[in-house]
Amino acid sequence: MRRVAVVLCLLFPLLGQAAIEVAQFDNPEQEARYKQLIAELRCLVCQNQNLADSNAELAQDMRHKTYQMVKDGASTDDVVDYMVKRYGDFVLYRPPLRFSTLFLWVGPFVILGGGVLFLLLFIRRRARQPAAGISESDLKRAKALLGEEENNT
Amino acid sequence: MKARFLIPLGIFLVLAILLGYGLSQDPRDVPSVLINEPAPSFTLPDLFDEQKTVSSDTMQGRVWLLNVWGTWCPECWKEHDFLNYLAQQGVPIVGIDWRDERAEAVAYLQKKGNPFLFVGFDPDSSAIMDWGVYGAPETFVIDKQGMIRKKHKGALYRKVWEEEFVPLLRQLEGES
Repeated sequence: MRRVAVVLCLLFPLLGQAAIEVAQFDNPEQEARYKQLIAELRCLVCQNQNLADSNAELAQDMRHKTYQMVKDGASTDDVVDYMVKRYGDFVLYRPPLRFSTLFLWVGPFVILGGGVLFLLLFIRRRARQPAAGISESDLKRAKALLGEEENNT
Repeated sequence: MKARFLIPLGIFLVLAILLGYGLSQDPRDVPSVLINEPAPSFTLPDLFDEQKTVSSDTMQGRVWLLNVWGTWCPECWKEHDFLNYLAQQGVPIVGIDWRDERAEAVAYLQKKGNPFLFVGFDPDSSAIMDWGVYGAPETFVIDKQGMIRKKHKGALYRKVWEEEFVPLLRQLEGES
């Protein structure tokens, strides 16, 4: 009885069959192009996912379209152009360098530059300041706390 | 250097303003690139008759609306009565039934009324992708030259209609 139950339990995982999208290509180059495209194109429904990760139905359709185009010999640019023409720059995880996206591209470097400048000024200012003077009594107290009080004097 | 303690407060305020601005934006509102572009034409199987096809070409020279919907989409249910009302007023609306079950969609229109001149059946997004649709409902306005002049995402209701569509349609009807 117990054995039967165990066997039955072991059969359970067979029920959990997830559907996998199969994409078959004529050559590895096309497959690589497809994989690169669905990793770089953005799903419009789940906006923080790319096409490869998203399970949204629209993403499935867009993957399918990408697959068909790649299989028909479309280049990476062809597919990207197709998507951008319909959905705008929004579908690109790597936005093009334009005036409207300038801040996006340059912003991080501006902030980095600002940080470095601030750091340099800060260090130079500190270098110019006299070494932090500790008064005699403070020093004594510190030593007392550290249990190093000098016995002489 | 007395005002030094104000620096964190200043940073906080700037951040709060930026984040507040970010929150007030709707990230789902992706600007359409198809406004003032030629409307893609579609030829789809007729929802009511598998053997027939319907085509956007038959609307050439008219000002018309394209409504993308599906029985699975709650907002489409909401706007349906208003679409019926528009159809009664003589507004030409063409429907694309997207990612749907044919029988369910037909039953839906029979029960709730059919505001569409004709309905294309697009179960696998073959046409809607050309229109840059990514959700339902979406409503497009196409002018006499066959250009897309407006795209509205989400349900259509009276306020939006009167404020955004009526003046535009009046202007488009005036164009040759």
